[in-house]
Amino acid sequence: MNKFSWYDAASIEEAQKEVNATVSQTIQPDSPENAAVFKASGIDLLDLMKEGLSGPAKVVGIRNIPGLDEISFDPEKGLRVGAMVTLSQISGDDRIKANYLALHQAASRAATPQIRNMATLGGNLAQRTHCWYFRSKELVCFRKGSSTCFAHVGENENHAIMSYGYCVSIHSSSLATALMAFDSIVEIKDKDGKIRLVPIKNFFVLPTVDRTRENILEPGELMTAVILPAPKRNTVSYYIKMGSRKSQDWPMAEVAVVAELSGNVCKSVNVALGAAAPVPLISKLANDSITGKTITEATAAEAGRAAMQIALPLSENGYKIPVFQTIIKRALLAVV
Amino acid sequence: MKNKKSKTEKTGNISRRGFLKGAGIAAAGTVIVGSGILISKPHSHEKDEKFVPGTISINMKVNGKIREMNIEPRTTLADALRSELHLTGTKVGCNRGACSACTVWIDGIPTLSCMTLAVEVGDREVTTIEGLAKDDRLHPVQEAFIEHDATQCGFCTPGMIMTAAHLLARNPSPTEDDVKKATSGNFCRCGTHPKVFAATLDAAHKA
Repeated sequence: MNKFSWYDAASIEEAQKEVNATVSQTIQPDSPENAAVFKASGIDLLDLMKEGLSGPAKVVGIRNIPGLDEISFDPEKGLRVGAMVTLSQISGDDRIKANYLALHQAASRAATPQIRNMATLGGNLAQRTHCWYFRSKELVCFRKGSSTCFAHVGENENHAIMSYGYCVSIHSSSLATALMAFDSIVEIKDKDGKIRLVPIKNFFVLPTVDRTRENILEPGELMTAVILPAPKRNTVSYYIKMGSRKSQDWPMAEVAVVAELSGNVCKSVNVALGAAAPVPLISKLANDSITGKTITEATAAEAGRAAMQIALPLSENGYKIPVFQTIIKRALLAVV
Repeated sequence: MKNKKSKTEKTGNISRRGFLKGAGIAAAGTVIVGSGILISKPHSHEKDEKFVPGTISINMKVNGKIREMNIEPRTTLADALRSELHLTGTKVGCNRGACSACTVWIDGIPTLSCMTLAVEVGDREVTTIEGLAKDDRLHPVQEAFIEHDATQCGFCTPGMIMTAAHLLARNPSPTEDDVKKATSGNFCRCGTHPKVFAATLDAAHKA
């Protein structure tokens, strides 16, 4: 790790006054000198710094800012999860388990127990992709300023199968997949102290729009919370992660379903896919396929096939298509 | 340093050490510059020579004792424990948070010491494998690991034991599935997992 100075912020305003860059900017060839960045738990930031991809001059700790690590729930207003809430806090919260099961499941399956004890909601959503070419200091990939995506011709079994441009990385946040299905809102405080409420589907940025970043946060902007709408009656959720092993692993495919039911009939649904594209996606094709139908083995399987109609697998990740089809089917069957 | 003025004004008369110690709950922030100078008190007559270039002095509660050490802001807790306090029981495997060999407790919660900055520990208490035994009596999990021969090369063992001991503190009668879930982040290249599970379940009866 490079040498840096440390600033332990006691308030959001104080932290924002210090910070002048996003972590993503520090990874680019034109990284600002004297970059000062936020650090939540630092699971992603320290990883990038240890690899030598990011070398900020100043690191601004936000752990000791009061009020960012709280969960509040009101059956009428919904759920508010502070950006510094850890994954363990989420998975251990009975209100979340009872009302937002898919979020509980996603938080319970991510990474390792130790990382879940440390990693925060905000850091999880703002983490950079774990594409192994992006994460290697030796390789200057397309996202880091060159004209080459090594995954196109290289090892791409973990990469995107849809909605990619030239960069075929996948987004690494499992919580994002669940939060997409719940139509969550990201609360952001800008440098002037103004609060912005951004639908989570507008929070993530495709590399075709801007290859240097994965979310909309500008330097000094701080995600303060994620807000989930109040649970509707007869709305059920479910999340499935498929990894190559049962213990710690990145997902090869994941799905979160939030469905409003009338008996076994799906009145409305949000099928969110993770590890499929450079951003977490809502599968409109799956939603349209199952909406208005009774959820059965046949209709759930049809929704899975519909979701994969737009898949364009790379040389080594065609296996993801049947995996996605299967877990979409299983998640839909699990809500009835 | 552009913060120098405002920071020094804010912190007023708080002594340097007391300030750093309490930085976790301090009303104003602390800034530590890369050159190693801590800016917290403008007219301090404390021994500034203690702050050698590149390092700062912090107090940390480790295994029940307050320990003082000089570290850089980039020093991880794992490095501070091993190199500064010579508590080499904590092992660093991957140094990236993937293998959990470096697991210690911070305020009783299993935490990766390789992904924690020492400067960030603040007033929280660190417990390492060296702090698990009480009065020369090994922790029941340590005894069970010996009894069941649950260690081969031993590199993952301290982290594995810290994880298993935390599980038993939280759940005195776990199922094998509970043990598997709790230790799912602790990698063992030698493949001692079956013995780890047996030892932890056995220790549950004795803890």
